[in-house]
Amino acid sequence: MDLALAPETLARWQFGITTVYHFLFVPLTISLAALTAGLQTAWVRTEKEKYLRATKFWGKLFLINIAMGVVTGIVQEFQFGMNWSDYSRFVGDIFGAPLAFEALIAFFFESTFIGLWIFGWDKLPKKIHLACIWMVALGTVLSAYFILAANSWMQHPVGYKINEATGRAELTDFWAVLTQNTALTQFFHTITAAFLVGGAFMVGISAFHLARRRHVPVMRSSLRVGLVTLIIAGLGTAVSGDLLGKVMYEQQPMKMAAAEALWDGEAPAPFSVFAYGDVEKGHNEVAIEIPGLLSFLAHNDFDSFVPGINDVNKAEQQQFGPGDYRPNIPVAYWGFRWMIGFGMASLGLGMLGLWLTRKRFLLPAAYRTGEDEVPHLVLFKKPLSPKLASWYWILALWTMGFPLIANSWGWIFTEMGRQPWVVYGVLRTREAVSPGVSQAEVLTSMIVFTLLYAVLAVIEVRLLVKYVKAGPPELTEADLNPPTRIGGDDAHADRPMAFSY
Amino acid sequence: MELHDIWFVLIAVLWTGYFFLEGFDFGVGVLTKLLARDRAEKRVLINTIGPVWDGNEVWLLTAGGATFAAFPEWYATLFSGFYLPLLLILVCLIVRGVAFEYRAKRSEEAWQTNWEHAIFWTSLIPAFLWGVAFANIVRGVKIDQHKEYVGTFGDLLNVYSVLGGLVTLTLFTFHGAVFTSLKTVGEIRDRSRALATRLGVATAVLALVFLGWTQVSRGDASSLAAAVVAVLALVGALGANLAGREGWSFALSGVTIAAAVAMLFLTLFPNVMPSSLDPAWNLTVTNAASSPYTLKITTWCAAIATPLVLLYQGWTYWVFRKRIGTQHIADAAH
Repeated sequence: MDLALAPETLARWQFGITTVYHFLFVPLTISLAALTAGLQTAWVRTEKEKYLRATKFWGKLFLINIAMGVVTGIVQEFQFGMNWSDYSRFVGDIFGAPLAFEALIAFFFESTFIGLWIFGWDKLPKKIHLACIWMVALGTVLSAYFILAANSWMQHPVGYKINEATGRAELTDFWAVLTQNTALTQFFHTITAAFLVGGAFMVGISAFHLARRRHVPVMRSSLRVGLVTLIIAGLGTAVSGDLLGKVMYEQQPMKMAAAEALWDGEAPAPFSVFAYGDVEKGHNEVAIEIPGLLSFLAHNDFDSFVPGINDVNKAEQQQFGPGDYRPNIPVAYWGFRWMIGFGMASLGLGMLGLWLTRKRFLLPAAYRTGEDEVPHLVLFKKPLSPKLASWYWILALWTMGFPLIANSWGWIFTEMGRQPWVVYGVLRTREAVSPGVSQAEVLTSMIVFTLLYAVLAVIEVRLLVKYVKAGPPELTEADLNPPTRIGGDDAHADRPMAFSY
Repeated sequence: MELHDIWFVLIAVLWTGYFFLEGFDFGVGVLTKLLARDRAEKRVLINTIGPVWDGNEVWLLTAGGATFAAFPEWYATLFSGFYLPLLLILVCLIVRGVAFEYRAKRSEEAWQTNWEHAIFWTSLIPAFLWGVAFANIVRGVKIDQHKEYVGTFGDLLNVYSVLGGLVTLTLFTFHGAVFTSLKTVGEIRDRSRALATRLGVATAVLALVFLGWTQVSRGDASSLAAAVVAVLALVGALGANLAGREGWSFALSGVTIAAAVAMLFLTLFPNVMPSSLDPAWNLTVTNAASSPYTLKITTWCAAIATPLVLLYQGWTYWVFRKRIGTQHIADAAH
């Protein structure tokens, strides 16, 4: 069968499309849940109205986003069985357990408490209502942990044995699956990267309003929360990325050699800045490199040996038999660079923003601003010119997209860099696909999902834009007087619901 | 009782939870066209399930995840075998969730009407298809010696399975009408009770034929007992509805669902997916199950988490215990 339309290829495309799409919503959901919860906590503690308005504004955007995250997540729960039935048979004993844990512990948490939060403004006392959004935030993080533990097992299988009689992998140590260093570092990296998305989202939208001098008190606070989140998350992403890189060099040398287009092992090994090569011949034609840096990334020194693609390919051929054990090198190489480049660019823009909008530190007294003023963008002693200032706000708006690009490429790199394996060193991707699902069926589902998701993307983005532009809502009497009894105060029994579909 | 038997029961419990809970919210979705006279009434209906539908749907995800963990072979055969119907269900659930969340977020007439159509169809289609799917599981499908489904899409549509689909569709709609009469106030409450009576009679006729057919072709004493409970509970739910005892009626329509699911699982046991080609190729609780170690871990997780889930989901229903009517629906778009 033509390779481009082979069921395996189509199933991979479908998995890639649906999963990358799903993961556009996931990091924003994880981070916005916690950030909204933080803003609501500020409201409950300080009773400053700007925090409640901020909570309602970001909470609404969060809900528009999580709706998409939830519904696209349903597909993920069933897709393994639908398109990867041989994978499911082979690894279900191990891989199914964290998925079941995720559903039983995290999904129920998220879905139940999100309902209470959305509809609970006039049904729950203030503090209980606040607790609900924290429960949602906790649920999103737990969910991330379980699914990343499952994914980590695909990157680096531990705590299992192969049952010779059934030909299936069987779990022997669940604790090892949950706590191996791959899972922990991957969790650390994914969560920090998620907050990079949420931080940039807040910065971009606050910048949009501040540039127009609208909703200043709410957006000024939101900008600061966003910038601080962006910087902490950015630094955390860099540290966790370095840790994860070292884990991968040890566990999946091929992936990291591919990430660097390092064809033949070197000591010391350089970090590639730009490369253009010939995959067939297995070498680079153009290469710009920083000497020794790859050795550092791999081993924390500047001179040790790092094996190359050709070396690892030969070693795997000896271990697993004849074949090509190289992933798609250009995708791995460029995916790795887009991930780091866009991730670190958003960190840089966050640092610049925090410096430009600083409140006091090294800021001439004349340019200090009050809580209801748009901060001056002061580089050293004087504010930026109006033209440069408007450029910064525009740049801040564009920053919103950067961490999303970084997140997507990070996952494409991680998953495609593991090929041809679906479970590294244990099961090949071509052995994992459903043998009974026909080409026509996969083609149908792939087209249906792609079209549906494209339509939903347009709907979702337009809705986000509408509510972003609308700005924070005015508060009502009911907003400022939450109920004191669970279920709502009797005096207001016939009042319209604070929120209704 | 071994662990894989316990898990067979737990999977049945998860499906029961799913059909009990999302059963009525599918029903409410269908009623937006059958019962509501105008948009305000549609919104009353949608808002009776507003805070809870998402949590209800997680019972399905959990049933899926738990089947993956406890019976990977069942998970693999079922979802790769029933590929196109499952695709259709997934598309419906995707659109349905977005429809609930987004419908009121714009005030344009076309926007709201389109999402309202979507809510009706995406509730009706899965309510029908789940019955088709379970009838096929019970009836047995073409599974070969490698545990692969080798039938076609057309094989899944037969008189028995379509009847099964009609039973779940009418039963869920009845369950939804009873739920609506329990959760609303005003004129819509009276009309939903009247409609529930007619739906209940239709359900009883269809269910009697379907459960009778199932019992005659593959039942035993225990499945007969479950079928009798299902039918009696349904009659009781109808009677309670006529007597205006809405809480009892809802509880009994819930018992009907639970007993019907129990009956189907009792006729299956010890199979999980019988093969219509050769009984030797049946997927069973033993040959489809995970290792005892995995089953032990997941049993602990389920034993601790499930009661907690019931507790806090139950609490949600208590928080939103008040009936709603058109006076509770605000005009403005959110």
